[in-house]
Amino acid sequence: MTTAIEVNCATGEVTERELTAEELAQREADAAAYAARKAEEDAVAEATAAAKASGQAKLAALGLTPEEIAALSN
Amino acid sequence: MANTYIQIASVTVGSGGASTIDFSSIPATYTDLVIKLSARVTGTGTSANIGLKFNNIGTSFSGLYLGGNGSSAVSGSPVTELTIWTATYNDSTANTFGNAEIYIPNYASANYKSVSTDGVAENNATDGRDAFTATLWSNTAAINQITLTPQVGPGDFMQYSTATLYGIKKS
Repeated sequence: MTTAIEVNCATGEVTERELTAEELAQREADAAAYAARKAEEDAVAEATAAAKASGQAKLAALGLTPEEIAALSN
Repeated sequence: MANTYIQIASVTVGSGGASTIDFSSIPATYTDLVIKLSARVTGTGTSANIGLKFNNIGTSFSGLYLGGNGSSAVSGSPVTELTIWTATYNDSTANTFGNAEIYIPNYASANYKSVSTDGVAENNATDGRDAFTATLWSNTAAINQITLTPQVGPGDFMQYSTATLYGIKKS
């Protein structure tokens, strides 16, 4: 199923062809690079969310109300 | 729809699927470009991302995204290539397709190009995903080729996925 659909907008010609070996390799490399970046982004997002929750818990322990914590967070 | 919306080309994926959809030799005679995408992608997950390349270049993109899944919001400055959350994976509700609009103003200018996208990974259930992106392509070349590729897996566009390219003139 590794085909490319190409549309030449000047002529209207539509071509469906198999990917070349080079294109297949690039496709795998692009997907791997994307997965690595996505994992990195997810890790940063999780760390940020954990830090936020920890900070809010500490503020609550100090006696701040949820409204006051929300006001500080915005 | 504005009467200056002109369909340049449209693709519907056949039964064999497709790894990429590529629009080439895009005429420089319009002011803006719009792509309307309806896509379902092989694989499993909550939302499938689609990567875009301009002129077969997948770098020099920078931007922000803002998204939600019905219970929480996410935002960030994602990647060095343009990514849109738009496609529905094949383990989602049957016969549902994600959809997106990709807007590229002044695509033929000699300046850097801005790109905005609005996409949803439709599931017809409680967990749908939606995201907006605002992106700058730091390249001064006129855009004459746009390539759409599912990023994860790598996956393939499934049958009946469609991509339509429109040109818009300012007058």
